[in-house]
Amino acid sequence: MASTDVLVIGGGLHGSSAALHLARRGARVTVIEKDYVGRHASGVNAGGVRRLGRHPAEIPLSVASLELWYRIADLVDDDCGFEHHGQVKVAESEAELEILRRRVEQVRAMGFSHEELVDREELRRLIPAIAEHCTGAIVSRADGAANPYRTTMAFKRKAESLGVRFEEGRRVTTLVRAGKQWRLETEPGGAWEAPVVVNCAGAWADRIAAQLGEPVPLEAWAPMLMISARMPHFLEPVVGATGRPLSFKQFANGTVLIGGGHKGRAQRDQNWTDLDFGGLAISARTVWELFPVMRSAQIVRCWAGIEGRMPDEIPVIGPSSTSEGVFHSFAFAGHGFQLGPIVGSITAELVTTGKTNVPIEPFRIDRFLRTAT
Amino acid sequence: MSTAVALRESYDLAVIGAGPAGLAAAAKAARLGVDTVLLDEQSSPGGQIYRAITETPLRDRSILGADYWRGADLTASIGDSGAQYVANATVWSVSRECEIGVSIGNVARIIRARRVILATGAMERPFPIPGWTLPGVMTAGAAQILLKSSGLVARNRVVLAGTGPLLWLIAAQYLRAGAEIAALLDTTPRENWRAALPHLPAFLTSSYFRKGLGLLRAVRTRASVIRNVHSLRAIGDDRVREVAYRTRDGAEQRMPVDHLFLHQGVVPNLNLANSIGCGHSWSETQLCFVPIADEWGESTVEGIAISGDGAGIGGAEAAAQRGFLAGLDAACRLGRIDHTRRDREAAANRQALQRAERGRAFLDLLYGPRMSDRIPEGATLACRCEEVTAQQISDTVAIGCTGPNQMKSFLRCGMGPCQGRLCGLTVTELISRARGVSPGEVDYYRLRPPIKPITLEELAGLPKTDAAVKAVVRG
Amino acid sequence: MFRRLPDPGLKPVMLSIDGEPVTASQTDSVAAALLASGRVSCRTTAVSRAARAPYCMMGVCFDCLVTIDGEGNRQACLVRVREGMRVETQQGKREAGR
Repeated sequence: MASTDVLVIGGGLHGSSAALHLARRGARVTVIEKDYVGRHASGVNAGGVRRLGRHPAEIPLSVASLELWYRIADLVDDDCGFEHHGQVKVAESEAELEILRRRVEQVRAMGFSHEELVDREELRRLIPAIAEHCTGAIVSRADGAANPYRTTMAFKRKAESLGVRFEEGRRVTTLVRAGKQWRLETEPGGAWEAPVVVNCAGAWADRIAAQLGEPVPLEAWAPMLMISARMPHFLEPVVGATGRPLSFKQFANGTVLIGGGHKGRAQRDQNWTDLDFGGLAISARTVWELFPVMRSAQIVRCWAGIEGRMPDEIPVIGPSSTSEGVFHSFAFAGHGFQLGPIVGSITAELVTTGKTNVPIEPFRIDRFLRTAT
Repeated sequence: MSTAVALRESYDLAVIGAGPAGLAAAAKAARLGVDTVLLDEQSSPGGQIYRAITETPLRDRSILGADYWRGADLTASIGDSGAQYVANATVWSVSRECEIGVSIGNVARIIRARRVILATGAMERPFPIPGWTLPGVMTAGAAQILLKSSGLVARNRVVLAGTGPLLWLIAAQYLRAGAEIAALLDTTPRENWRAALPHLPAFLTSSYFRKGLGLLRAVRTRASVIRNVHSLRAIGDDRVREVAYRTRDGAEQRMPVDHLFLHQGVVPNLNLANSIGCGHSWSETQLCFVPIADEWGESTVEGIAISGDGAGIGGAEAAAQRGFLAGLDAACRLGRIDHTRRDREAAANRQALQRAERGRAFLDLLYGPRMSDRIPEGATLACRCEEVTAQQISDTVAIGCTGPNQMKSFLRCGMGPCQGRLCGLTVTELISRARGVSPGEVDYYRLRPPIKPITLEELAGLPKTDAAVKAVVRG
Repeated sequence: MFRRLPDPGLKPVMLSIDGEPVTASQTDSVAAALLASGRVSCRTTAVSRAARAPYCMMGVCFDCLVTIDGEGNRQACLVRVREGMRVETQQGKREAGR
């Protein structure tokens, strides 16, 4: 039976990032992953590197994370395909523009200046292909997008180069106290012990939390995406909308990714998602109306990853409320990719020093104890 | 002709693919009272093996041969069976609840069924030789389709290359049509005889033997057949101009060529089944993935059956018998007939199936393509759509991509419009060899719908559902 | 370079390929008509601009992509010729709006 300093459950981006940051601080780490690194949400999301439009609690983390993104090659020896042509959230009416105006004021009042209101002219300068009816937008100019699978693999490989072990194809079945250690058993057989455990088990993290006596109302979610055949270049920034879900970007190779939140159905025990073409049709109509150039586009694939979500749609980050030596980092509800670099750093800081300067109170796991089912 | 408008909202049974298995299944089920729709993407029925059987311009029946024309009865039988046959219908999605996404003439619809039979048949195994993407290089099946559907025959320097019974059939058909074949380069590995020998007795008493002998004789007397060929290369600039090859340990030979037709066997077309999550397993004898299905064709997903060559290569007659069995089972599961009647009527089909499959093991083993013909090296393209080379794939295994899905995320292989049909087996075997594990362990691309591209316009035109409007998430 | 076996029973179909008139036969797919007209390739790839032509003729290879009556990326082997059809070969990435 292997013993180490830290056991990380889950080899997605957050697990790999936590492992890397812990290794940089000298910890010996083993990551236990039930499938393979990047198999789920981390490897198949839209890749948005976005501060724009975040829940207020996430803004400080997101701003700090972007600074890491700009130095990502120093952190993981790979540029991760990170491009930064901005993120834009368009308004389709005067009423929506007013909503955006108030949002910018709110963010400014918090002391952050990354969200900027722009008018029709500036919107059209940034996005010539946007539909005529759009009235303006919020822009976060230094935001962008990266390649999710490549990023997750880069974190993994860098972590490995610093001595982190990744055990793939092993699903954690039990987590129990064994003296001063935590003992973790897997299927197929395997057992590990460590004084510290980090729960980065994504859409399955509630099962770990339940074993620690801190159940959470996690929902396994399957946000859907679709991608087009290659098209000549017409878009630089990543685009979202105000009154309806949209995440829209064009890659350097010309393919266009359409996401934004319509749900499929997750069958998390079979690693399977059912797609809902009715929902994809709504996304298609949104794109039809916002980007007329896409009317001749061809969709070549649709998919949905399996992601975890809390009722308030912000993650669980921070120490366990019941168990010494256990830390959580899960349920990013489809917007955890950009936070990967910083949350791993926060987790490593918590593990090694017991505290962090980054405000993580809103993400406490016990905020649900009254509402847990 | 049926249009998207004529298609109803729901049926008892949807059969996908109007080759022998699909035609048989749909006709059988419909005759037993099952409300059946048969969807096919071609404009006339017959699938590939009976391609153009209702409208081939070839007046001389001897060109295509008696086996082909046997399909005429099967095709005719759909007409008065009661099944609704819909041509030009491209199925792009089937869900585990048997909801079918289908497009007809640029209009997309979702229709429902209580059960689905996938009869999507087979396709030719990829043959990734250097230069295989050059214009002028096609599959032997393509040559056959041009002959059957349009009465077109390649002229000037025509070379056929590869292995497998279909190669000889096509060569014979070509010669009967009056074409000249400059050479047939036979890549059948000599050493296959040893593995095939134990199955020789069954082969000798099968219908394949007499027919096969006839084909071989017909071709050998009128075309130059070069055996023990390996290391094929297609050479050219904007089109193929030469084919290079070696025999045994000999020096490389070259010959000028205008048309190079490649073939090394057929494999099940699994994209639709895979996208539904139907289980499959690696067959070491057929060197491909085969769906997991019971003796009636029921897959690992309830309500979804797989029939015909798409369930495992067996040829047209076996496909038809499997289709009849799947149709009987569907009628039984849908309550039209009971188990006793189903089993009683199936007995004749099972016997016919056994007869039709007799001798196949010998053919599979004799004509199994050698590894170096299946697994390319260096700058040879493994993925045609995204132009990913064998070297890139090998190099990416070395940095930790242990499976085809990770490979896809890294290199884009399998992300093109063909959705891995022409690279899936190649990529699996490349990884398998690099890692020293079986292809079964490496597994295959995880496919998702649409299994054929659909336009944004078609998708946007799908009817809105209340559930979809509710199921919206922010962020 | 294909020749057609004689069949007096079939109707000719007139279409255009890259603006040039082409006579096809009523059972031809667009891919067959293209090959019968003596053309060797139908597109160039988006990645490397390499010339491609129909390969499988049965709808699995997606190499026979052409623009038909203004709609791009159609599989020529799955579309039957029609009188007056406008076929255009494709270069690289499909143009936006077509």
